[in-house]
Amino acid sequence: MGKILEINGPLVKLDLPQTVLGEQVRVGRLGLVGEVISRDGNTALAQLYEDTAGLCPGEEAEGLGWPLSVELGPGLLGGIFDGVQRPLQAMWEQSGDRIARGVAVASLPRDRRWHFAPDPRCLAGMPLVGGEVLGTVQETESIQHRILVPPRVQGELLELAPEGEHTVEDVIGRVRLADGRIEKLHLFHRWPVRTPRPFRQRDHAVAPLITGQRILDTFYPLLKGGKAAIPGPFGAGKTMLQHQVARWCNAQIVIYVGCGERGNELTDVLESMPTLTDPHTGRPLMERTLLVANTSNMPVVAREASIYVGITLAEYFRDQGYDVVMVADSTSRWAEALREVAGRLGQMPVEEGYPAYLGSRLAAFYERAGRVETLAGDHGSVTLIGAVSPPGGDFSEPVTSHTKEIIQTFWALSKELADARHYPAVDWLESFSGYVSSAAKWWADNIDPGWEASRAAALDLLAASEELQRIVNLVGVEALSSEQRWTLEAASLIKEGLLQQAATDEVDSFASPEKQFALLTALLDIYRQGMKLVKLGAPARRLIQMPLLAQARRWKSQHSSDDLEALKAKIAAIPAAFEPLLLEYAPAAPSSAMEEIRP
Amino acid sequence: MKNIEFRTAASAQGGLVVMAGVPGVAAGSRVQLRDHAGRVRSGLVIRSANDAVLVEVFEGTDALDLERTWVRFLEEPYKLPVSRDMLGRVFNGSGRPCDGRPPVISADRRDINGEPLNPAARAYPREFIQTGISAIDGMNSLTRGQKLPIFSGGGLPHNRVAAQIVRQAKLLGEEAAEFVVVFAAFGASHADARFFQESFEESGVLNKVVMFLNLADEPVIERLLTPRAALTAAEYLAFDLDYHVLVVMTDMTAYAEALREVAVLRGDVPARKGYPGYLYSDLAELYERAGRIKNRRGSITMIPVLSMPSDDITHPIPDLTGYITEGQIVLGRELSNQGVYPPVTVLPSLSRLMKDGIGKNFTREDHPHVASQLFASYAKALEVRGLAAIIGAEELSDADRRTLAFADAFERRFINQGEDEDRSIHETLNLAWDLLSMLPPESLIRVSEEELTKYHKGAA
Ligand SMILES: Nc1ncnc2c1ncn2[C@@H]1O[C@H](COP(=O)(O)OP(=O)(O)OP(=O)(O)O)[C@@H](O)[C@H]1O
Ligand SMILES: [Mg+2]
Repeated sequence: MGKILEINGPLVKLDLPQTVLGEQVRVGRLGLVGEVISRDGNTALAQLYEDTAGLCPGEEAEGLGWPLSVELGPGLLGGIFDGVQRPLQAMWEQSGDRIARGVAVASLPRDRRWHFAPDPRCLAGMPLVGGEVLGTVQETESIQHRILVPPRVQGELLELAPEGEHTVEDVIGRVRLADGRIEKLHLFHRWPVRTPRPFRQRDHAVAPLITGQRILDTFYPLLKGGKAAIPGPFGAGKTMLQHQVARWCNAQIVIYVGCGERGNELTDVLESMPTLTDPHTGRPLMERTLLVANTSNMPVVAREASIYVGITLAEYFRDQGYDVVMVADSTSRWAEALREVAGRLGQMPVEEGYPAYLGSRLAAFYERAGRVETLAGDHGSVTLIGAVSPPGGDFSEPVTSHTKEIIQTFWALSKELADARHYPAVDWLESFSGYVSSAAKWWADNIDPGWEASRAAALDLLAASEELQRIVNLVGVEALSSEQRWTLEAASLIKEGLLQQAATDEVDSFASPEKQFALLTALLDIYRQGMKLVKLGAPARRLIQMPLLAQARRWKSQHSSDDLEALKAKIAAIPAAFEPLLLEYAPAAPSSAMEEIRP
Repeated sequence: MKNIEFRTAASAQGGLVVMAGVPGVAAGSRVQLRDHAGRVRSGLVIRSANDAVLVEVFEGTDALDLERTWVRFLEEPYKLPVSRDMLGRVFNGSGRPCDGRPPVISADRRDINGEPLNPAARAYPREFIQTGISAIDGMNSLTRGQKLPIFSGGGLPHNRVAAQIVRQAKLLGEEAAEFVVVFAAFGASHADARFFQESFEESGVLNKVVMFLNLADEPVIERLLTPRAALTAAEYLAFDLDYHVLVVMTDMTAYAEALREVAVLRGDVPARKGYPGYLYSDLAELYERAGRIKNRRGSITMIPVLSMPSDDITHPIPDLTGYITEGQIVLGRELSNQGVYPPVTVLPSLSRLMKDGIGKNFTREDHPHVASQLFASYAKALEVRGLAAIIGAEELSDADRRTLAFADAFERRFINQGEDEDRSIHETLNLAWDLLSMLPPESLIRVSEEELTKYHKGAA
């Protein structure tokens, strides 16, 4: 038993001999929990996950003997947990609207019985290794929870429970370890959150994560198992974009970590997810979703932990062979929590008050993403998408610049676009993706071999228009040639008819890869056909007045992904819309010539 | 312990006192200091060890004689007695009555720090509040339970706008709204405080207002208590007494500056512009106290007012506020100079909860599209205006000239309105269509074709 020596904000100095770094401690009459972050002889410094008001020097403190760990087993999905995995729903029912301190509630429900079906291949007497699948529990209609041997357990399976109902604490099997000890197996196990869960080997990421957002999937793709960041000033749409990904992406499990952000945003997810259906499975989205919430008004140390709790949960589902997406909103708040503790420890700040290890902590965290071969020989992935909230929207600040070096996909949000209500406000010039060639293979195999070329053509058009816009801003649009004016118009068509995609538009909130590609090629087609005409001498002004341009801007909202036939009919009619002008400017060429002059 | 007076103050500097040899003092506990003149000051334990206790003194440490200072540790956090009788009363910055009337008597005393709301207990704000101001209702609507600050600057009419909102705010279809106001001023001038008092008086709501005043010439550190006391009162009124509470707090910049002052004294590592790294969390502790709770009738809607130092929206105070609140109403100097009231600069303004509280079943079915179209058309028009400034208006095409006319009309007729003009949401939306009708229908792609046919004055 130790005792409290000093209380300084969330940090508590303890007289606690023999503790180890990272050990969980319980201190004071209130029984507040925290972890040891440094030791000096008999004194240890601990950061507490709860507000320390009311603690007194001299009160008792004890080491609990384990590091911060999460419970992994059935009962996670559909739930909302705080930054140290306390179940917020259960806490609300037990202790009311406000989060009281010192409340200890088990992460997984203890009284709920689950229907466990053992894997027929698991027979008594056989050798077992960590990570192997013992059996399954159908946790929600769409998700089968695979019960895993804890990663570090290895030995001979002595017995395994037959099919039946069990609580998470029931013993469902026993294993004789190499040293002869007997290990009991349960439907759940614990894992320390700051230790990455082991796997056999890393795999190449191959398939894109389809999010249904055109600017992401078509222009700056992310792969399952990849790492992405969404930086942007306040109000630019980071949270909305993450909500969109959480809703529509084709992962099997989604972990949404609200780290130091607004309470209402989590309420929004909690209220909307059960009413939305997964476009890939047709089941309510909540069945595959799990929330970790440490809102901005909750204690800052638990905020630091929440990111690790989230990623450990993600790895656990990956180990079951699932594709998991974790969105973290916002990694800047996590970095600030790190900074706050470092400051109180008196560590030397390097940039904007952040400690020197900010970059390495960020890198180690993102490194836990990836596609792997699991210990059981399956394949699973964790895709990590972190929002970054740079002060003043300045991307050169430490968290954004370190993150930029770590991730492969960068979805940069722009204040100018957001102010003009161009959503998602992903800046097509600032953003990048290192996964384009891998994604191209998937698009070629599954959608169309022309994807990569069309994508590049659209980006070229956007870049060209940016140049022209600079000229216009100096001397006005009249100074441009007809070709240039048509280029500007076509770029604006791409922006409004393709890149803009309101999350609130019921029809267009999600766009399937087929719809994305159909729109992309249709708008490029309009551009090219118009350009031919301009080259034949038609003035851009005539083209810009074509009703087709206003109509094409509405197509995205008129045809959902299930209704592509009607859209394709409109696309097929594009040449006809150019026919009158073509007759006028190329009278010699009959209409079928239009086909020939298309590239 | 709480009856023992210690006379062991070892050092004092700018609001902080170190007490020696007081073992076992609880962190966060309230402290009472009696100085040689018999004046009582109050403070808070911010760091506690057996050999030294650090105390923050709200009234400051000026003229404190260490040898003749007697300190008592009250062993409880700072608390505010709450009761229905707070309505109509005026308190000072630390929650003591200062209107010459007797103290509020109540056995119910609440820790002013509050406790974080469980996110699972929140109910999402969805009810549209009509403020009668077109720039807000039409394009940046407020919902019940939202926190929507006004970003302003020195000399801009933020107080008048806030007062107009307080006067006119109502739920659609509700007659006399069952709402009360909690008003907190920190670092505000006497003139500001009087302006609000008079405005409440004029609209006859004074007996429904609770005021907490820490004015510009009052102790700086006390400002750290003022919003907390005010929000404690608001929480009680909303979640115990079922009122819909509108909280107006001004000026958040003064609050953040007070926080910085204390942080510097404590030696906390600064992040940007000398503000401590925890400014975000500290502001969030205040702002996140707004909202709605499942199974409770009341609500807290919050309108913090802050002046942006040098009109700079990227300054840490507006920046961190914007990162926490659910949008912002930005007032602009340019519009104000042109005589536009309220000078709401709509493009950087935003209401994040708008999308869930407007449209069919809430306001009118065309509202979401109209708002989006106004933003798009006005953004476009400002580009044209910028161009015209360079190449001259004569060089503009006809279409561009129409766009310019739209921008002017939008500012003069839509944004601009009287201080007593209370426009219904229908009036606001109809006005929006009058203006959009100045533009060719084919350029309006954010509204649907049906809406164009129904509302656009020039549509076929
Ligand atoms: N894809 C979108 N479709 C429609 N509206 C959007 C979209 N993205 C953003 N918005 C609008 O912008 C607002 C702000 O977006 P959001 O809350 O996601 O910003 P943010 O970048 O997360 O800001 P903060 O850093 O302050 O949390 C939303 O409330 C919504 O009105
Ligand atoms: Mg956000």
